[in-house]
Amino acid sequence: MPNSPDSMVNQFRLDEENEEEQQGAINKDIFVTVDNPESHISAIETFITYRVVTRTTCSEFDSSEYEVRRRYQDFLWLKSRLEENYPTLIIHPLPEKFVMKSMVERFNDDFIETRRKALHRFLNRIADHPILSCSHHFKVFLTEETTQELAPHRKLGPGFLSRMSETMRAMANSVRGLRSKLEEFAVMQAYVDDFSNKMCSVDKVTNRIIKEHREYMDELKQYGPTYFQWAESEELLAEPLKGVGSCVERCSKETEEQIQHLSEVLVPTLHEYVLCADTLKAVMRRRDNIQAEFEAKNEALASRTTDKEMLDFSNLCSAYGAQAVATATGGLNDKERESKKELKFENVVDQLQEEVDDLADRVEQANNALRGDWSRWRTSMRADLKSAFISTAAKNVDYYEKCLAVWESFLLSQRGESMEQRNGADAS
Amino acid sequence: RMAEDVKEESVTSNDESDLAASDGSLNNTMLTEGSCLLRRMEISVAEAEKRSGKNAVSIQETYTVYLVETRPMDAIAEGHNPPPDSLWRRYSEFELLRNYLIVTYPYIVVPPLPEKRAEFVWHKLSADNMDPDFVERRRIGLENFLLRVASHPVLSNNEMLYHFLTKEHGWKEMVYETGFQAKADSRLRALSATFRVRSPHKRLVEMKHYSDGLQSHTSQLLRARTRVADRLYAVYKVHGNYGRVFSEWSAIEKEMGDGLQSAGHHMDAYAASVDDILEEEEHYADQLKEYLSYAEAVRAVCRKHELSQFELEMASQDLISKKQQREELATGIVRTFSLKGMTNKLFGQEAPEQRDAKLNLLEELIAEGEETVKEKTAECDEHAEKAWADIVRFKDQKDKDLQEALINYALMQISMCKKGIQVWSNAKECFLKM
Repeated sequence: MPNSPDSMVNQFRLDEENEEEQQGAINKDIFVTVDNPESHISAIETFITYRVVTRTTCSEFDSSEYEVRRRYQDFLWLKSRLEENYPTLIIHPLPEKFVMKSMVERFNDDFIETRRKALHRFLNRIADHPILSCSHHFKVFLTEETTQELAPHRKLGPGFLSRMSETMRAMANSVRGLRSKLEEFAVMQAYVDDFSNKMCSVDKVTNRIIKEHREYMDELKQYGPTYFQWAESEELLAEPLKGVGSCVERCSKETEEQIQHLSEVLVPTLHEYVLCADTLKAVMRRRDNIQAEFEAKNEALASRTTDKEMLDFSNLCSAYGAQAVATATGGLNDKERESKKELKFENVVDQLQEEVDDLADRVEQANNALRGDWSRWRTSMRADLKSAFISTAAKNVDYYEKCLAVWESFLLSQRGESMEQRNGADAS
Repeated sequence: RMAEDVKEESVTSNDESDLAASDGSLNNTMLTEGSCLLRRMEISVAEAEKRSGKNAVSIQETYTVYLVETRPMDAIAEGHNPPPDSLWRRYSEFELLRNYLIVTYPYIVVPPLPEKRAEFVWHKLSADNMDPDFVERRRIGLENFLLRVASHPVLSNNEMLYHFLTKEHGWKEMVYETGFQAKADSRLRALSATFRVRSPHKRLVEMKHYSDGLQSHTSQLLRARTRVADRLYAVYKVHGNYGRVFSEWSAIEKEMGDGLQSAGHHMDAYAASVDDILEEEEHYADQLKEYLSYAEAVRAVCRKHELSQFELEMASQDLISKKQQREELATGIVRTFSLKGMTNKLFGQEAPEQRDAKLNLLEELIAEGEETVKEKTAECDEHAEKAWADIVRFKDQKDKDLQEALINYALMQISMCKKGIQVWSNAKECFLKM
């Protein structure tokens, strides 16, 4: 359950010992919650909106409290804007549009709740981010009252054009290959590929475990009643049989809870990091593209410069010759022509140089942004997954402890019984 | 475990009837009335071995033999440790012994043998009779059978049982010579026929219904348990995949690597632990299977009484009709329609000499018939009485055994939970180090 922005503020204040939180949250002054899903039915479509509440002390915001309603599309819009403006920052993934394979209805309660939690996490990650939290689009998203305001922004589409060009550039680059990738990014790429595989595997295994747990629980539900049925035709044995039957029943309930915990805690986290892996791949691609663009321009500049040098040289050579011809033909035009050509060349080269310098800056910026965000991401990845696994292990311990208590109390009742029986037998 | 209790139980429960030997003189190994074999002889099925040989139709076959060991109790009581006498027996010989006992004591609930073929098998467990785990469980079951028989107040006195335990060669021939086979065959034929009894024995009929219920309830339970075992196996084994994946993942991580790696090891341990857990549960299943078979034995006793009752009713019926015939012949009055009466009417009565001859014959038959009815009535009553006594004994044994089995099952579950707590606590510690 998400806390309200208020209680989150309090939580933050108490938790000062946590270095990791401090690191990212030194400037944390935006607290967001996503809750209260409502369905909107219109003639054209039905969709769900979520309430987004923001509490902030940030001076960039006009007020300290905002409440707006947003639908999933709006979140998509925000994500695209952020990706456009900060191509090499790592943005926490959104829950997927629609999960076909799970056959879950779009308006199923569990689905909506899972999505709501994921959207909540998405916004909070952005609010926690030192750079992204300052994004103009983020502010717009949190504050614009009527969704009409968002509409013109929305109309720009989820950056379709930019995605198109990105893809084309990527294709071009993959054909030519990067000149030289810095070692660190090569290492990063390798890690990202491996991480992606591992996350998919862990996700798959976890889902398989849930499936097996469910089938186990179903069989337990059939198993328990056989004891009760038998007890009906017994006298002395009826009580212990019923005892075992009810133990089995209670254990199957505990299994149900265990499954629920897995589905609510571990699965969503793993799933998010599977999506994260894709995000990382995209980020690396964008960084590569920026570098490729720079390299392309740089190459163009280099070849023009070479041309220019050759031209200078040939000019020098022909200077004497031209001079002689010009004197002979009396054409100042050639010289004029030559100098005009030279000028044009120089302009082109100068322009190219400017562009190259710009792109070089861009590459530098992109690399730095990525570097910074990379360690941020690694820290929060570690924290998230660690916490999810710890929680799972703790729940499993709890499960076995509860089942242990159930069987031990049965044992106690039986031992007590047999003591009574023995005493009774002795007495008679 | 159960065998131990049976030994103890027989010692205490036989105290009253065992007055002859209560003065402690266990030197006497001759069969005395009322004492039980187990008090005088330590019995065990110690080992199992594979053998090969040619069978009755000269085909090479592999089979298992079991080592039956016996030692005199008196020697043990005196502190000596004599080596046991032993002989090898096949499962089929155990079956022969049991069939013999069933025929010889139709009113006794004869303890069952362990299953001939593996039933209620969850997938990992082998259904192969040669599988060592199956053979081991069968060895235990056979020992259990012998201990139950040898501690039974009636069965333990049987000579063929004694020879089974002591006479390796020629025992089978001895059993066949008793001619029990013929009795068995005729009994079997009679029992498979459907017959209705006019005045059924109320308590035995109730018991028959109870045994039907016991059979269906235990088999339902066993079936459900098997499916649960299958599923539990899958749950545990799937966690082994975590072991593999965590190990691979840890290779690409720095700070998280160690924690993940060691957590992975615990996942492997968790996955491996299910084999022992389920192997132990098989013993619980075996205890239930014994009573599934016992239900069959109880039903058989009730049915045999029904047969006796039916035969008695047939004999009584026969006697009544013969008496009627006599009356008719004597008085000439035909009460009921009969072919004789008809032919008499049509063709005239027979000559007085013939009639007298017939009457004499009838008198003889009636006398015989009355004897038969008397015998059969006594037989039926005795059967009912003895059967009921053994059924009462059986009920007490069943309640005690199954209560213990349920407690053992709870203990197994507790042990499984404790292991689970251990593993996941360890895993949690590893995750904390991530």
